[in-house]
Amino acid sequence: MDHRIRQKNIIIAFFIVCLLILVLRLFFLQLINKEYKITAANNVLRYEIIYPSRGLILDRNGQIMAGNHSAYDIMITPRELDAFDTTAFCSIFNLSPERLEHMLSEIHARRKAIGYQSVIFLRQVTNEQYTRFLEKSYKFPGFSVQTRSVRNYPSAICGNLLGYIIEADPAFLEKNPEYRPGDYTGRTGLEEYYEKWLRGEKGYSIYLRDVHNRIKSSYEDGEYDKAAIPGKDMVTTIDLSLQTLGEELMRNKVGSVIALDPSTGEVLTLITSTGLTTEYLTHFGAYYSQVISDPLKPLFNRAIMSAYPPGSVFKLVNGLIGLQEGVVKPETRYSCNMGYRVGSLTVGCHRHPSPINLMQSVMMSCNAYYCNVFRSILDNPAYRNIGQAMDHWQEYVKSFGFGTRLGIDLPGELTGSLPGTALYDRIYGKNRWQSLTVISLSIGQGEIGATPLQLANLAAIMANRGHFYTPHLVREIPAEPSFRPTVERHQVMVDPEHFPIIVEGMYQAVNAPAGSGATARLAAIPGLDLCGKTGTAQNPHGKDNSVFICFAPRDNPRIAVAVYIEQGGFGASQAAPVASLIVEKYLTGQIHPSRQWLYERTLEQDLITRHLQ
Amino acid sequence: MRRRDYTFFKKLDWWSVASYVILVLIGWLSIFSAVYDPEHGQIFDTTQRYGMQMIWIFGAWFLAVVILLIPARIYALFSNLIYFIGLLFLIMVLALGVERGGSSSWLVLGPVHFQPAEMTKVFVAIGLAGIMSRPHFHLKTWRGLLQVAAMILIPAGLILLEKEAGLALVLSAFIIVLYREGLPGWIPVTGIVAIILFLVSIIWNPLYVLWLCASICFIIGFLLAGRKTPVLITLVSFAGAYFLIPLLLGLLSFDLFARLKPHQWFLLLTAPLVIILLIIAFRRRIMYLKTLLLGFISSIILIFSVGYVFNNILKPHQRARIETLLGIDNDVYGSGYNVYQSKVAIGSGGFVGKGFLQGTQTKYNFVPEQSTDFIFCSIGEEWGFLGAFLVIILYMFLLLRIIQMAERQRHPFGRIYGYGVASCFFFHVFINIGMTIGVTPVIGIPLPFISYGGSSLWTFTLLLFILLKMDASNE
Repeated sequence: MDHRIRQKNIIIAFFIVCLLILVLRLFFLQLINKEYKITAANNVLRYEIIYPSRGLILDRNGQIMAGNHSAYDIMITPRELDAFDTTAFCSIFNLSPERLEHMLSEIHARRKAIGYQSVIFLRQVTNEQYTRFLEKSYKFPGFSVQTRSVRNYPSAICGNLLGYIIEADPAFLEKNPEYRPGDYTGRTGLEEYYEKWLRGEKGYSIYLRDVHNRIKSSYEDGEYDKAAIPGKDMVTTIDLSLQTLGEELMRNKVGSVIALDPSTGEVLTLITSTGLTTEYLTHFGAYYSQVISDPLKPLFNRAIMSAYPPGSVFKLVNGLIGLQEGVVKPETRYSCNMGYRVGSLTVGCHRHPSPINLMQSVMMSCNAYYCNVFRSILDNPAYRNIGQAMDHWQEYVKSFGFGTRLGIDLPGELTGSLPGTALYDRIYGKNRWQSLTVISLSIGQGEIGATPLQLANLAAIMANRGHFYTPHLVREIPAEPSFRPTVERHQVMVDPEHFPIIVEGMYQAVNAPAGSGATARLAAIPGLDLCGKTGTAQNPHGKDNSVFICFAPRDNPRIAVAVYIEQGGFGASQAAPVASLIVEKYLTGQIHPSRQWLYERTLEQDLITRHLQ
Repeated sequence: MRRRDYTFFKKLDWWSVASYVILVLIGWLSIFSAVYDPEHGQIFDTTQRYGMQMIWIFGAWFLAVVILLIPARIYALFSNLIYFIGLLFLIMVLALGVERGGSSSWLVLGPVHFQPAEMTKVFVAIGLAGIMSRPHFHLKTWRGLLQVAAMILIPAGLILLEKEAGLALVLSAFIIVLYREGLPGWIPVTGIVAIILFLVSIIWNPLYVLWLCASICFIIGFLLAGRKTPVLITLVSFAGAYFLIPLLLGLLSFDLFARLKPHQWFLLLTAPLVIILLIIAFRRRIMYLKTLLLGFISSIILIFSVGYVFNNILKPHQRARIETLLGIDNDVYGSGYNVYQSKVAIGSGGFVGKGFLQGTQTKYNFVPEQSTDFIFCSIGEEWGFLGAFLVIILYMFLLLRIIQMAERQRHPFGRIYGYGVASCFFFHVFINIGMTIGVTPVIGIPLPFISYGGSSLWTFTLLLFILLKMDASNE
């Protein structure tokens, strides 16, 4: 027939061109593009993560506050999942079949995102469930166990101080790219603040795997494996026995207790009540909704966040400022007839001898005295106007640590509130207010708010006669010798020579004989020279708040304490005994039998029902 | 008798036989490597795929010998019978077929699973050769064309009913045979252009596709036109109108594109132009202009029907495959998974590969269908660019031998059949290798001689050895 040479040649050319395209594409894929080689390596090697145990948190005597034990998570690999014995699975883990089905369908919906990985299916199953699962694991294709070290708490202590551990959420991962999904991180408390040291470093074992994530063999006999580095242990400044006692005393009360070592700024005890129990800490996720809806706000760390009116303990500050400014002398006497009256204004006071001098005013906590002192400070002719005097007063108070963050090593510390000219100008208008308008500040009421930590710090300032150290909770990290707590010495703006007379007042308030008008005799501990100041802060929401700050002994003090009890009534009746027992325990190591009644009385006080009404 | 045997063996195309044997052995080793597992290290272990493939290979060789013993004349003599028996088989499958892996194209005879759809290539090639080699057959008549089209499309339809779209598409390769036998060149060219236009319209904005078509038409028109100036004037005035009118309207604070999309504006301008040109073309009987304009109009229709075809006619998985090919869908864990992993396996092979049995991607089952449709990954990963290149060269060599054999047949039957064989081989090789490296869409068809599976191996053996037998007995 015809010879169609042209067609033949075109067909051959077409074949050659097409196959040449394949060759060129291969050339590009195999010789030029590197991306696929890297993907291939990632495909084959499976990095099995070994989670490190977190560093231990120890008290100042080496007792464990937060330890570790092993926990088992049941993992699921959706791509390996096959029909399995659901009845057996449910009976091992106490699941209802509907619940299991629901969980499986959730995993099914996420399977694309999970890809070829394993995700946690059941978190922290019990030891018994773990062993029962292991026996029957052949029945459950696609499920495996991952061992992880989780926190345990040998003694039930304040969870807010320690903080809890939680799986990193997407928002956290966004901000902290060094974390991977499934990692755990400390939240609140020491766990969060010292996360960097506590978390340790993850390790991994490398395995060759196939597409089903089935491990084929260990890669190069584990030569490139990396062991997990445990987190670093840390020694805190907390005295565990003191902390435990404090929490016992604060049970059924709402408020806060803080004890400091005034000579170093070390925090001996830090309690917020009601707080998180350690039981909440271990399964925080499970208790989350309960914690959030609790009217007593256990997540709120009152010790460092709550801005309370300081009440009468603030008179110490005003007295000292008055002395420094020279508007009051130790021998200055004011009379008080059940209160301070100017025109229609009355600041009430309790019954006590009159007139009194400065030392007695501290001892008896006279309101009228401090109204006079405060007016002298603000209306001091040395200043051009009240605004300037107020600003100066604010400077003084600030140097005592009020209205600022003290810099304790806990996340979430708040400043409290410290009013000044600016605030009052805003409230009343410029030049539309005077010393009488803000007279509540004289006795620690009104616009001022202090955290219990700031009150404890005030006690430490009194103990040190004019200076304080940054309160801190961690003393050392043994594995990290270069670690030093950030501690600064702060000198207040009142000279040390003005302190003894006020301290004398604090001493007399506790130790003066009966009938002298001393306010805190309940707190006295024979032989320990406790110096203290009560406070009864008005509370618009209910009964007055009970406040007490103290330090002991009078010379070379070793402990400074602040106790703040919401709706506790008189400072002397609720807060003072708690503080006193803590001081005694710390200085003598025990509660003397003669004071056992006080201990028991304090335990019995139930102030919590008032809160729930 | 002895003498005749002697010349027969001398006339047998040993080059083809040799490349056939080499390809089959490469296939066997690749399957061994792809499913290799140290626990079943024996290559002759028939519980594993490589052991089974060995049995298929021996069967195929036996088949080859049998074919070489059967006289070559019978294919031409009984071509119609063979074709109809083949059709009967396809219909039988529809009635008795067993579902396996998503397609219902399997016949089960005891322990043997068999896929008659694979054999379609053989009987269509024989049937076509039979019809087209008749003395009074003319491809360029409607009658001839319809006859041929029916012979290809009927089995294709039956295979589609068995949900084996890949194997049905293979039959489109016979257009190469028709082209060789006198089908005008513009038909296959139009087909290819249509496919390209279809793909381009999926990725690009219709405006760009329109400009592309228009520019190509202008260039062709410019080259073919007797007088060039009118073409240039048309071009300039069209482009000027396209850009200047919106600008002028803009000056009159009338925003044209707030009401119209750019491609609609383009069409609005094109419509009168095309109509005027058509009138001129028909009045003055300018042939090339008529063709060009009709081509342009059908392109526009094609472009705007793409969306409908793509979204309403194609099945979701087919859509996904096209999207993967065009790089629209980069879901490497979803529909793009196969191709992505396959590219990773081949790409990681480098120049000389990782060595026999050393491939990790294929061995650890990252690549799906690694011993059947994606067997080329194993070669690419373990033998690298060199090995893959060698395999392609072998196929090219075999294709050239087949075309040469076809061309030297005295009888048109042999030639047409030979081109049928070449077309099928080419289609399988190009699409299969192409899909593993992301050049062609994923169409599930095996790689001749190399992929695991008896049906495919035997079919290609049959195809090739019938041709070899014809060639050897060619007088």
